[in-house]
Amino acid sequence: MARTRYMQAFAQALRDEMLDDERVIALGEDVRQSLRRVTAGLHAEFGDDRVLDTPLSEQAFTGFATGAAMVGYRPVVEYQIPSLVYVAFDQIANQAQKIRLMTGGQVKVPVTYVLPGSGARRGLAGQHSDHPYSLLVHAGVKTVVPAFPDDAYSLFRAAIRDDDPVAVIAPAAVLGVRQELDGMPTEPVPLGRGRIHRHGTDVTVVAIGHLVHEAIAAADELAEEASVEVFDPRTLLPFDWDLLFESVTRTRRLVVMDDSNRTSGIAGDIVSAVVERIVLDALPIRLTRADVPVPFSPILEERVLPSRAQLIDALRTVTSERPNR
Amino acid sequence: MNPAAPEPQSGDAELYRVMRTIRAFEETVVELVNRDEIPGTTHEYIGQEAVAAGVCAALRSTDFIASTHRGHGHVIAKGASVSGMLAELMAKETGLNRGRGGSMHVADVSLGVLGANGIVAGGVPFALGAAWGRRNEGRDDVAVAFFGDGAVGQGLLYECLNMAALWKLPVVFVCENNGYAVSLPVADAVAGTIVSRAEACGIPAVTVDGMNARDVNGAAIDAVERARSGGGPSFIECITYRYAGHHTAEPSLKLTYRTPEEIESWRAKDPLIVAEDWLSDEVRSRIDDEVADRIAEAVEFGRASATPAPETANDYMYANDNDRVRGVLG
Repeated sequence: MARTRYMQAFAQALRDEMLDDERVIALGEDVRQSLRRVTAGLHAEFGDDRVLDTPLSEQAFTGFATGAAMVGYRPVVEYQIPSLVYVAFDQIANQAQKIRLMTGGQVKVPVTYVLPGSGARRGLAGQHSDHPYSLLVHAGVKTVVPAFPDDAYSLFRAAIRDDDPVAVIAPAAVLGVRQELDGMPTEPVPLGRGRIHRHGTDVTVVAIGHLVHEAIAAADELAEEASVEVFDPRTLLPFDWDLLFESVTRTRRLVVMDDSNRTSGIAGDIVSAVVERIVLDALPIRLTRADVPVPFSPILEERVLPSRAQLIDALRTVTSERPNR
Repeated sequence: MNPAAPEPQSGDAELYRVMRTIRAFEETVVELVNRDEIPGTTHEYIGQEAVAAGVCAALRSTDFIASTHRGHGHVIAKGASVSGMLAELMAKETGLNRGRGGSMHVADVSLGVLGANGIVAGGVPFALGAAWGRRNEGRDDVAVAFFGDGAVGQGLLYECLNMAALWKLPVVFVCENNGYAVSLPVADAVAGTIVSRAEACGIPAVTVDGMNARDVNGAAIDAVERARSGGGPSFIECITYRYAGHHTAEPSLKLTYRTPEEIESWRAKDPLIVAEDWLSDEVRSRIDDEVADRIAEAVEFGRASATPAPETANDYMYANDNDRVRGVLG
């Protein structure tokens, strides 16, 4: 067993896929030097034909990857800053994601979009602090947000092997997470399978990415007061609805914690999907980012992000309400 | 045949056949749009036939093209089935895209047609990726990116010129300058010259008479040869014109951005009239008859074909787990 860091597992996934399949290529900004460490060492190992440093042309290199995918490659495209996908959004949402249906199934577009270090990181301010997953899911792009090193490894590999465009988002707040692992996981994890980190009977918390760690900490902190089930979807599209519905059918209470904007964010979809099917014993609660750009000042930044303290309050609120049946 | 005309060249009959096919196809499409047998609007290629015919005559079936919203001519010239394309425009299951794409997304990837595209310059980077991919495999296939003068206003086009030049990609950029981006004259849209964009990146660029298929073909042969032999990208600006509106809905809008006299002046330079001088009346009339039969067959095929089944609307969205990914919330 060894303490494995998230980034180490993440980078290992890409390297292992490149070793297994010569059609896998990596491209993006500064990928030879690897500012984000996702591609560290890959240029030396695989050379210019497999690791391509691009000009600062997000639209062009995203579309280039689509073209390469259409002729049989499996490009892994890194966006050094997650909000750079906004610059490339036509090429992702309106081109790569739609081409298969628009051509009546003539092509596959097995591109992986990697967004390492998403979210607020204390002082990165308005344009470098987003988690664009709700937007990508809205556009129909398969999207994974692994919270632990083992999932980072398995799901990044699954994303590269998937025949559709897949976005892999690694929140900044989990990049330093360590986990005891006996080597890298050998059992593949398919996209669309959730994971329950804490089993509980009183309330289900759905948390995304780095917030999974907050939810686990809150569950532990409240262990004497309430039995909290922590549900990590891992993949936001496809979403493991069956596992979530099974969980909430047992707990009959729901809190969703999502660090993207509240309006049209995925927390709203998760709550809607549940309450359309299951009568809850308490009103569900969404804890989300406020609908504002992240302000620069750390005290303001903290104010607009969902927090563990809010989660503990929410858990106390939903578990204190009497059953309404 | 005009006695003063140059001797027929071996490819003239083929250039004429392709141009006549495009012309007849587009005239038929307009009729079918007006009869509501084709949903939506389409962008007619009439007037620009020499560009598609001249460029694609320089290509092999294994080469690629990335097309535009005005793409019917490119797809025909690359060799796609006219019946399959018309059935696609008629939204039938037998269409090239099984009725899922229509005019603006028509594709035949088996022939290297990476698709028409509804976003100006949107398909250009696909040509780069496909060209890179084949070169990386040691093949000498090339990719042509078609776009109009309107695309010169798109930052993505510049990004692609720069990347193709940096990486010496086997790509031919073909700008169909038909004078207008919808209603905006090119003089109001492009500062400086169009070819200067390519030249700034060190890409060899020429401007040719886009109404003359021989001229276009000559420039395309040079550019394709340069790409195949490792010489990197080239840029061809074809000066051309569309007689009809931006799309089939334009006549109802009564726009005034150009005069009837201007349109007539270009009709006098019609690429089919230009090509008339290259072939005997007998050869031309034989080709005209063959094309008419082929288009008539395509109309019959389209009309006889079934529409897609409504319950298949989600089909082909995902290559893996299509039913599981959709269908829970949607």
